[in-house]
This record gives sequence, structure tokens and C-alpha cells, in this order.
Amino acid sequence: MDMRRRQFLVSSAVIVGGVLLGTTMADLIAPAEGESFDGSPDGRFPNIVLHGHDGGAYRFYDDLIRDKIVLINMFFTGCGDICPLSTQHLVQAQEMLGDRVGRDIFMYSITLNPELDTEPVIRDYAETYGVGPGWLFLRASRDDTELLRRALGFVDPDPALDADLETHIGVVKFGNDAIGRWGACPSFADAEEIVAGVRTLDPIKRT
Amino acid sequence: MVRHDIESQRERARLNRMEIIDAKLSRREMMKYGLLTAGGALVAKSGLSIRAASAGGAVTSPATTPFIEPMRVLTPHSGSRLQDDLDHCTATVSDDPKEAARAAHQLWKGNEPQVVYNFTQKPRLYRPHPKLAEQNIWTFRDFNKDTESPLTMIHARYGEPSMVYSHNELPANHKGYGNPMVTTHLHNAHNASESDGNPTDYFGPGSYKTFHYPNMYAGGDEREALGFLWFHDHCMDYTSQNVYRGLVGTYLLFDRYDSGNEEDTDSKAIRLPSGKYDVPLVIENKVYDKNGVAYFDLFNLDGIIGDKFLVNGNVQPYFEVDRRRYRFRLLNTGPSRFYQFKFSNGMKFWQVSNDGNLLPFPIERDSVSMSVAERMDIVVDFSGVTDNIVYLVNVLEHKDGTGPTGKILSTGVGDKILQFRLGAKVTDNSRVLTKTTELRRLPDINMSEVKKERNWTFNRRNGAWVVNGELFNRNVVNARCQKNTAEIWNITNASGGWSHPIHMHYEEFQILSRNGVPIKDGDPEKSRKDVIWLHPNETVKIFVRFRDFTGKYPLHCHNVVHEDHAMMARYDVVDDASS
Ligand SMILES: [Cu+2]
Repeated sequence: MDMRRRQFLVSSAVIVGGVLLGTTMADLIAPAEGESFDGSPDGRFPNIVLHGHDGGAYRFYDDLIRDKIVLINMFFTGCGDICPLSTQHLVQAQEMLGDRVGRDIFMYSITLNPELDTEPVIRDYAETYGVGPGWLFLRASRDDTELLRRALGFVDPDPALDADLETHIGVVKFGNDAIGRWGACPSFADAEEIVAGVRTLDPIKRT
Repeated sequence: MVRHDIESQRERARLNRMEIIDAKLSRREMMKYGLLTAGGALVAKSGLSIRAASAGGAVTSPATTPFIEPMRVLTPHSGSRLQDDLDHCTATVSDDPKEAARAAHQLWKGNEPQVVYNFTQKPRLYRPHPKLAEQNIWTFRDFNKDTESPLTMIHARYGEPSMVYSHNELPANHKGYGNPMVTTHLHNAHNASESDGNPTDYFGPGSYKTFHYPNMYAGGDEREALGFLWFHDHCMDYTSQNVYRGLVGTYLLFDRYDSGNEEDTDSKAIRLPSGKYDVPLVIENKVYDKNGVAYFDLFNLDGIIGDKFLVNGNVQPYFEVDRRRYRFRLLNTGPSRFYQFKFSNGMKFWQVSNDGNLLPFPIERDSVSMSVAERMDIVVDFSGVTDNIVYLVNVLEHKDGTGPTGKILSTGVGDKILQFRLGAKVTDNSRVLTKTTELRRLPDINMSEVKKERNWTFNRRNGAWVVNGELFNRNVVNARCQKNTAEIWNITNASGGWSHPIHMHYEEFQILSRNGVPIKDGDPEKSRKDVIWLHPNETVKIFVRFRDFTGKYPLHCHNVVHEDHAMMARYDVVDDASS
């Protein structure tokens, strides 16, 4: 596409308050390759192996993050009020995002307690909450979980709080690896706020 | 879960943490943990950054020789007064499809713009230091990179309404941190909601939005005059990233008293240093990657503490000054660092504003402390200084996003931020300040106007921020404040060891007490403010009026990393009764 046409199309996609005018989600595509990620270095994700509630094994970066729009939260099945609340709100968010989940948007809930949250346990958990396709509950080794937790910023500067698993379950990161854009919001926020966050990850560009 | 299991998990977590932080991990272990790529590059280094206890920061900026470049001075943006341009301004949205939706401008009649400004937000190349890369920063306008600061500035006057056309020309396909959706906030302005730059009113590339700045005193009371305001982008979830990219500017507001003319013959004029002696010093805190490009840790939820200090867009510049009085307007843009400023020679100076609003009288100081987004005007007299070099020094230790440690460093150890090179003595017609120089009286606090007392408690729950136990939802109004009434707000920090700069949009307020201790006359906080440095476990009581406009406004933490993780609430000014 020549520059002039591209600029015309870009300027015709006006977005106000997160709502697209004169274009639809389907018009949006990922941006062209070969543009640099100014100030957001590559390779910050440990490429550890995680196991999903579906029985699959996944490399964190290669299989779960690369070129995808993702939501990532940490949880454990034994947690008190917040994980059930977060999971319910994320289920609603999944419904609101419709068939994009599993197509270009993927959701990951990673257990902080891999010893207790075995594959059958997280499978039951996913079924209990009625999660749809495109959303994986995942477990890794204890060491890898710790590494991943830190890499994703689920940490607390207070060592006592950092050691408490419940400290790390209240935030969902959302990101688009293809354009290096990441944000976060509370995982137990209203689904509409979570979805508003995810919508900020769409590159504003038309074919 | 059973108790001993939690205990053993804690122990294991502690051991893991120590192992990784202290980490003399072997190459084999690094490979095992996925820390090394096949090529041998350290991949997850930033994942083990400052957040892992007090490790001091995994990303360290390249060395930059300090004080080798002149400080760039902010130059006023030129507006248009052409009748054609003024006629083009409308209260309602035009039929131009590129104009972003908004409510009609309130109080338009009688406040029609007399000046029109254009902002063109886009990436522009700039090198913040000779040892750093020339890189794209986002700015509001073109600038001469050899002479001008990349940060924009508007000089405005009370009684002279203006209109800003804020054009979003950022690349729609932008990659990396930052979001090319913008909403231009003028911090501290007494502006209607639709011109406030509310975080949720962002607009996309290729469109523009008009902002109406009536430059009117709140409630018509000239004691409410604002002096030093600032622009910044406020896009929901991305404020910290977009501000870090560079969308920052200042807005100086003058009137008959603070007229911007030190030779003013009007007997009411305060005659503070003016012209080239009235100098905004915009202090930004950043970290640069190994390529010398500004680096933003997208996985830091606590706050970004950089190792480089910029003044007006350059890392540690020098500034050649005359031996006379200057008005310096200090602004801390964050994202997360708090400061205490002193001069290396220990000289005293006059603090004349708090949050850019003139104090009743000058206060003699030898240091000022500033949380994020606070502004302080100070008058410094170089005429009697014998040294030829003086530094502006930060003496407050601040290591992570929780807030400053509280440790005050000696000026020899602190961060030298700006070097002053003192020149010749020159004429100085600005007023000689004393403790009794009248600047601007404070508006009365009249408790009979108070129609409601509210509590705002900032807390942390499971790593997320909550206000009164609630999470932010843009469609939920947390408080309805009736126009033409006043309220008492008790703002409480219940989040443990964290410090927060809490900011409310729209109306400045007066602090009544901190933890029940009243603010006394002569205290720098006996003033009109819009940001509160909220210490751990503190409750601050404020008095605030709601006047002139209705609509939605936010109340939020101005550690912009906290703000972007929803440390925010919404209040609306309404015509109906408060609720
Ligand atoms: Cu905060």
C-alpha cells in the first residue's frame, strides 16, 4: 500500500472513548513487520514450559505470547474470595469478547500453587466456571512459576507480602506482543473495564 | 489451605527470591531458567529488576557526562488571533468527521476564544544527551532542537479565553510502550469536564479534539488565580507510558497582580522576575537502555524510578544565569519519584507558590519537597553568590515505587540535577521579597458552605489498588458533588508502607489538617493545592468548593504507574443534591 493511501485510511479510523467510528473490529489487522520496538526490548519473557488443563505442553513465549493479544492472571484454586470473583469477571469478559477469544485473543490463568493445582484440579476448576475455548489454565514447576511471576511483575516490594500468594492474584496483565503494548487492570474489576483495557491493544489501522 | 503448607511455601519463596536476586547463577542454571537465549543474551534480566527487593535496578542507563549541554528553555507556543480562526471555533462539535466527539463547551457565551492554538502530537527526533541515542519522543509541537526545549508552553492571561485544537498525529501502527490514543489534560485548570482531558475521553490518530480554556477565576474570585499549570497526556491505562514518551508541557497563567512584568507600573503588580528570568524547570526521571533509548518497564506495577534526571528535556544540562533574581517554576513530572531540592551552596530562597498557586506571603526556605505532579515557584537571588558554579541537588533517597525511603542525603551525595554557571551582575527591577510581601490572599474557608463530608480511603487489595474498597469503573460515579457547595474530604492512606501523590482534577483545595494536626499560617501547605503528598497511614482533611461547571472528573494517584493500574475514582459535579 502506498503511503498516501495508508495515511488516508489511518485518518479515517477515528476512535473516541474506545469506540470505533467508521470502522469495525474486523477491519483491524496487525501492523506491518519490520518496525522497531522503540524502548521496549525483546526477550523479557522466560520461555519456560507450562502444562495446560487441556493436557497440552506450551512454551511460554513461543506458544502463548508471540504475536498474540493476551490476558494473563495468576490464581490458585484454593484461594479465598478473590480468585472466584476474578474468574467470574474474566468469564464475563470472555463472553463479551466473543469469538475473538481463541482466534486472536488468548486468556491464561497461571497457578501459583502447582503442587496442589494438578492437571485434573485445574481442569475441574475451568469446567466449574464454564470457561470457553481460547482460555487455558496453566501450571509450571515451582521454580518456573516463580521466575514467570517476577518477569510479569506480579511482585510486592514487601518481602512478607511478596511471599503471600494472595498478593499476586488481583491483577490481570493484558498485552499485544506484535506491537509491544502492555497494560494492566484489577482482575476482579467489572468485566466491561477489563474488556475496555483489552480493546486498547488493537492497532488502529485498516487494510 | 493448611497452615504449614503456607509456611513452607513462604520459606521456599524466600529461598527462591534470594537465589535469583543474589544470583550468582551459573550459565547452565541461567539456560535452565530461560534467562539466556541461545545466542547468550540475557533475556529476562529486566524481569528481575528493581522490583526484586532492593537490587538497585537491572536496567542501568549508559554513562552520560553531566553538564556538557546547555539547558533548553521552554518557549511560548504562538497562537492565532486572526478573526477567521476565532470564527471557526464552535461550542458544539463541528461536522468535520475528524473532530472527536464531546459535549458542547459549557459557559461558551461571554468566554468565546480570543486566541487559538494548535497542538500536533507526533513523534519527533531528539537526542536528550550526546551519549544517548537520537530517538523518537512524542511532543505537542515542532521545536528547534538546537535551541528550544521539546516541551511546549503556553502563556495565558485571565480574561483571555483560548481554544486548543489538539491534533493526534501519532502513528496508528505504533509499536512499543505508549498508546497513540490521547486525551490532553491541563493539570489544575478550572476547566469544564469536556475540556479537562478526562482519562476515559481518549481519541485516536487522525482525529482532533478542541479544548476550551476560559481562563476564568473559580467562582469569579481573583484569590483563586492559578499560576503554573501543566499539560500531559492522560490516556486511561497508558498515562505513565505516554507521559514518559514526552507528552508534557507547561501553562503559565498571568493576571493583573502576577502580570509577568517585573517593571509593571501598576501599583497592584507583584513584579516577580519576568521574561527570561521567569524559567520553568521541568524535571523528568528516566532510565535508558543500552542503546541509549528511553526504556519503560511494562511489567513494573509499583512505580518507575529512573537513574537519569532531565531538565526541560535534557539529561543534566547546565544553565548560564546572570547574578540577579530568578523565578524558577519547578515541576516534577514523575513518573514515580519524589524529590527534596536544595542548592549545593546551601543558599536560601523564597518559595512563592504551592502547586503553582501563589502563597499569601513568600516563605524563606533552604529546601523544597515535591511529590509527583506538584509545582513550586521559587525566587532565587544569585546576586550575592560568590561561587561561580551552583547545583540544584535532590537529597531525597527514593529506591522503589513504594515511595521515598525518608533518608535525606548530604548535598555532596545527592543527585546533581542542574548546574548553574553564574555570570555578571545585571540590572534587576523585580521586587525585593520579604516575609511580608503580599502575594495573593487565600480564599476564606466558610464551613457553612459545607454540604457533605466524604472519606476517600486508598488501599491495596491482592496487589490491586482500591478506593473505598471499590475498583475503578468509568461508568460508576463514586461521588456526586453539588455545584455551588463545598465539601470536606478525608483522604486516607491505608495501603501500608506506600506513599501516594493524590490529585483531584478541577478545583484546587485547601488542606485543613494532617492526621488531625491543623495546618498553621506560614506553613507552605497553608495554600491552594491540587496534589497531596500522602504519607503511609496518613489522613489528610481538605476543604474544596465546586463551582461554575458540571460533569465528570477523576481523583487519582499521580504516581502514574499506580494510576494506570486503576488507582482512581470518579466524582461528578452536578446541579442536583449531593450523593
Ligand atoms: Cu500511588
